[in-house]
Amino acid sequence: MSETASGSAEIDEQTRRDFLIWSTVAVGAVGTALAVWPFIDQMNPAADTLALASTEVDISQIEVGQSITVIWRGKPVFIRHRTPEEIKEAEAVDLADLPDPQTDDARVQKPEWLIMVGVCTHLGCIPLGQKSGDPKGDFGGWFCPCHGSHYDTSGRIRKGPAPNNLPVPGYEFTSDSTVLIG
Amino acid sequence: MSGGTSNFQSNSRVVNWIEHRLPVFSFLDSQLHQYPTPKNLNYFWNFGSLAGIVLVIMIVSGITLAMSYTPHTDLAFDSVERIMRDVNSGWLIRYIHMNGASIFFIVVYIHIFRGLYYGSYKAPREILWMIGIFILLAMMATAFMGYVLPWGQMSFWGATVITNLFSAIPLVGDWIVQLLWGGFVVGNPTLNRFFSLHYLLPFVIVGLVFLHLWALHMHHSNNPTGVEIKDEKKDTIPFHPYYTIKDMYGLGLMLIFFAFFIFFAPNYFGHPDNYIMADPLVTPPHIVPEWYFLPFYAILRAFTSDYWVYQIVSLGGWLMSAKLAGVIAMFASILVLLLLPWLDRSRVRSAKYRPLYRFFFWVFAIDCVILGWVGGLPPEGVLVTIGQWSTFWYFFHIIIIVPVVGILERPKPLPDSIAASVTSAPQAAE
Repeated sequence: MSETASGSAEIDEQTRRDFLIWSTVAVGAVGTALAVWPFIDQMNPAADTLALASTEVDISQIEVGQSITVIWRGKPVFIRHRTPEEIKEAEAVDLADLPDPQTDDARVQKPEWLIMVGVCTHLGCIPLGQKSGDPKGDFGGWFCPCHGSHYDTSGRIRKGPAPNNLPVPGYEFTSDSTVLIG
Repeated sequence: MSGGTSNFQSNSRVVNWIEHRLPVFSFLDSQLHQYPTPKNLNYFWNFGSLAGIVLVIMIVSGITLAMSYTPHTDLAFDSVERIMRDVNSGWLIRYIHMNGASIFFIVVYIHIFRGLYYGSYKAPREILWMIGIFILLAMMATAFMGYVLPWGQMSFWGATVITNLFSAIPLVGDWIVQLLWGGFVVGNPTLNRFFSLHYLLPFVIVGLVFLHLWALHMHHSNNPTGVEIKDEKKDTIPFHPYYTIKDMYGLGLMLIFFAFFIFFAPNYFGHPDNYIMADPLVTPPHIVPEWYFLPFYAILRAFTSDYWVYQIVSLGGWLMSAKLAGVIAMFASILVLLLLPWLDRSRVRSAKYRPLYRFFFWVFAIDCVILGWVGGLPPEGVLVTIGQWSTFWYFFHIIIIVPVVGILERPKPLPDSIAASVTSAPQAAE
């Protein structure tokens, strides 16, 4: 800055320079963020992973009181042909007793078929209760051995550290004997 | 770096030619040879250099393992078995790498507790200490991802449980978990990225170790008296040959200990379940992390909805879920150590002259062992209560006891200097 420059010119000069600096920094920051994003986004599920999004299951062979486990998106999905007692038990529960209140009605399309993702909502273990010899927990549904969460005959959390009910995936009955999950 | 006044001289023309262009010889001479080191260091000061050597062993064994390992969910487990059975010396290299992780944590935990006992984290070594904490965090991340690579049952379910921790974060939790997985479950994309990062992080640790040493060499090693170097001539001896030979002796002992596990108990630190290939549909009945994570796992699990500490910090459950509180507590248990240089108000470093602090130091050490013990057992009955009280004590010690003891305690008289402490009893020096 020359010594003959007036004070106001100096301030003017600095303001203009500040503007240039800040706009350069701003453009640089936005540009960097845009350049970084693809390197983060590449970690998200890839197109082929997303493409495996639905599974068709034949349910005609499942007797009343039996369950099967199928794989959907790499996760186990529990399909249970519920007994009338189980349905009655699930419907009779007072919502005030539930940590994650949901009616049984809201969790099934046909009361005899309970379809849900078999992944414990605590830390992702697979609850036991699919096989006849498995422990079913205090509420006759499923029991997670990792940290002791108990689920009822509607797959709702009743006791233990898990915060939520076992999630119900999107599905539809394509015929009386087949269901399309996803 | 301080202490860098090297009087390095050489008659070799080649050495002098290089030295003139890149002063690497005088640098090594000042930092490793003439480097003034307190003359009274005990064997607990071996563990820093031991950790450095284990890091090198881990990198060399890891790079060679990577030459025969396949990071694919269908092939990983078999490729590890092939290393064990068919690759020349593969069994040896894998057992070195597996047990090396445990040895690394043993050495580093002793190194950390030495720092806690002798007050090595206090001014002017705060940044040195903080870099050390970051090294610990990087080591934990590396070890966690390395354990996933053999793709056994514990690999898979350990990865599932730990990555699911992030789902506790409000709003973005599920998105973060999916980002970590690269899918809807722990799967092939997860294994691939863990392998990539497991290979990268040790070199990040090398960089952090360099910063750690740089900070160390600014003010030199602390020592058992905690009294600073006052007269370099009287208080210190050159690092080489005095401490190189002392470190070599300790290294010999450590390698014997290490070799015992490699050759006679190679799976002692492991879990039999990890010799079963990962099955996404079957959870093992009892999932436990590796032993070096157990105290932190115990802190994570201590937070149940009826834990009184949780009730307080979450304002009666209103602020956050018990799951989130547990996750925060687990990370906080390490991050809180970053504040230790400022929480400790005492101007005396060494616990040798701090009777009250020394007592609480040992209570804290026992508390950490109890946490580790509880963390390895199923959370049932009285173990839950023990884990919860130990968790409480862990934080109570660091946040309350350390500052209060620092203010209330009357330390014993310090020796005038390091030299005085070794030539006569501290009382005489007073």
